[in-house]
Amino acid sequence: MATMEELKLRVRELENELIKCKQRSSLEEQHGHHQHHQQQPGHRPKIHKMSAEVVDSNPYSRLMALKRMGIVEDYEKIRSYAVAVVGVGGVGSVTAEMLTRCGIGKLLLFDYDHVELANMNRLFFQPHQAGMSKVEAAEHTLRNINPDVTFETHNYNITTLDNFNHFMERVSHGGLEEGTPVDLILSCVDNFEARIAINTVCNELGQVWMESGVSENAVSGHIQLIIPGETACFACAPPLVVAANIDEKTLKRDGVCAASLPTTMGVVAGILVQNVLKYLLKFGTVSHYLGYNAMLDFFPTMSMRPNPHCDHAHCRRQQEEYQRREAERPKEEKVVEVEEEVVHEENNWGIEVVSEVTEEELNASSGLVPDLPEGITVAYTLPPQKVRWCSTSSLHNPAGLTLWFNPPVLVPQDSDEGAMVQETEESLEELMARMKQI
Amino acid sequence: MADEATRRAVSAIPLLRTDGGPRDRELWVQRLREEYVALIRYVEANKAADTDWFRLESDPGGTRWTGTCWYVHELLRYEFSVQLELPATYPATAPDVAVPELEGKTAKMYRGGRVCLTDHFKPLWARNAPRFGLAHLMALGLGPWLAVEVPDLVARGLLTHRENPQTHRDPPSAGAP
Repeated sequence: MATMEELKLRVRELENELIKCKQRSSLEEQHGHHQHHQQQPGHRPKIHKMSAEVVDSNPYSRLMALKRMGIVEDYEKIRSYAVAVVGVGGVGSVTAEMLTRCGIGKLLLFDYDHVELANMNRLFFQPHQAGMSKVEAAEHTLRNINPDVTFETHNYNITTLDNFNHFMERVSHGGLEEGTPVDLILSCVDNFEARIAINTVCNELGQVWMESGVSENAVSGHIQLIIPGETACFACAPPLVVAANIDEKTLKRDGVCAASLPTTMGVVAGILVQNVLKYLLKFGTVSHYLGYNAMLDFFPTMSMRPNPHCDHAHCRRQQEEYQRREAERPKEEKVVEVEEEVVHEENNWGIEVVSEVTEEELNASSGLVPDLPEGITVAYTLPPQKVRWCSTSSLHNPAGLTLWFNPPVLVPQDSDEGAMVQETEESLEELMARMKQI
Repeated sequence: MADEATRRAVSAIPLLRTDGGPRDRELWVQRLREEYVALIRYVEANKAADTDWFRLESDPGGTRWTGTCWYVHELLRYEFSVQLELPATYPATAPDVAVPELEGKTAKMYRGGRVCLTDHFKPLWARNAPRFGLAHLMALGLGPWLAVEVPDLVARGLLTHRENPQTHRDPPSAGAP
């Protein structure tokens, strides 16, 4: 039986479909009228091969110039990739627009929400789109910008059981060629549950993904590359956050409405897509974790190994598989490049370059500790038993940084028998009936 | 956060043994039985202590739950229907609890009437999963939320008592049918 919510959603979907049809037919009408004219302004036909020709009418000339400049070896390769963007809000919509303009092969958009006027402080969506589903509105705009991109949209919440299964099916079969997996999933969601859902799917499938986030107070954000088995998954450690350097006591928490800025969201979308391009087109260094602290204009980076005792069984399986692959891989001979030391003949002022990292800092950062550099911290700490990969004291909290919150553990860790639910002979049906009768 | 009352409430609810969610067929049946045992224990304890405040039951698959909850404020009982749908990643993540009829009346709520558990409950769940179950969600998530929100909504005139629609401050008129 469909619930009221589902029916409402369905009505909205149909309404959006109708708007789409109307727009299409009016477009066709105009086309019919102007067929003898050259090209309807604002709409271009599909381009089958990316050209590097430098003419005003080539939308790819500036991108293809990356090859001539020696930055990217094979820019056209971008058309062979399919990327799924989960969450088409402040970060996700801008991310999708950047990828569209870059000429990505296929975009899969997932979001259950609709556009509201309250979203207008962020980029991308426009007031006349209020009421439309975010994925539909985004598809309209993006298709207009670049008709070469293939779009697939899903207007639902990925965390509920049915949608979760559908989401998993689409990321494993919705690649550029139907039946192949997507190349990358980008998490642009605003809640823990959806991130854990994506993490679960990716650990099970061995799917590479990037996580992104902007803090509730809108002044910090981060991106993180997760390669199952190779880098820490989202469940390996408590969520990492960029320390805001704001005294928690002065932080106002009236109401639950999160603050947001188009600037921070644009910056985070920018560093996210930059990392995507570097990862897909193989140039530069791909960041494993890059934070952004808007208050100090500070960008901490780090990378984190997976937790061998991660709660997620599929993460542990991926780690084993990764280690096996690594062991089987023929050892590459390391080419040691000796950099010639530049010694200036004259140094009257006694100027010397000093390493930013001291010996002590280097030693302290090795070992099993999640290597959190200054400026990155965890959202909360876990009880010692959950953090078996390091003792609580070594889960270091750099001086001056505060943990966001540190909830108490109410469950005694060596949970004594008396506190646990007792075995019962009753079947599920009997228990359900008993609950009804109370 | 974990005051004496909270600790007492938690100690009355049995902890769950099985780490299984709706996607784990057999484990889920076991987990669902434990959910019911814990809920029944908690409701019975509430009744015994004269603090009975909710009823909850699920569809056969155990993923959709519906029921009622009530809160007594200035001797008047305010009753609401409750809905919750378990996420595919339960019990790694806590479900959202919705009180749809209060949607739009308080800022401490997300779309669909889902009450905001972000600050007071979600971190607690993260630290205690998978031992916590739906009974804990009610006791430590929805319970404290109602205790803060209902008196506030009544004070702001956004919530009026059903049998006494004028205003809760009016004395009940004597001899009314």
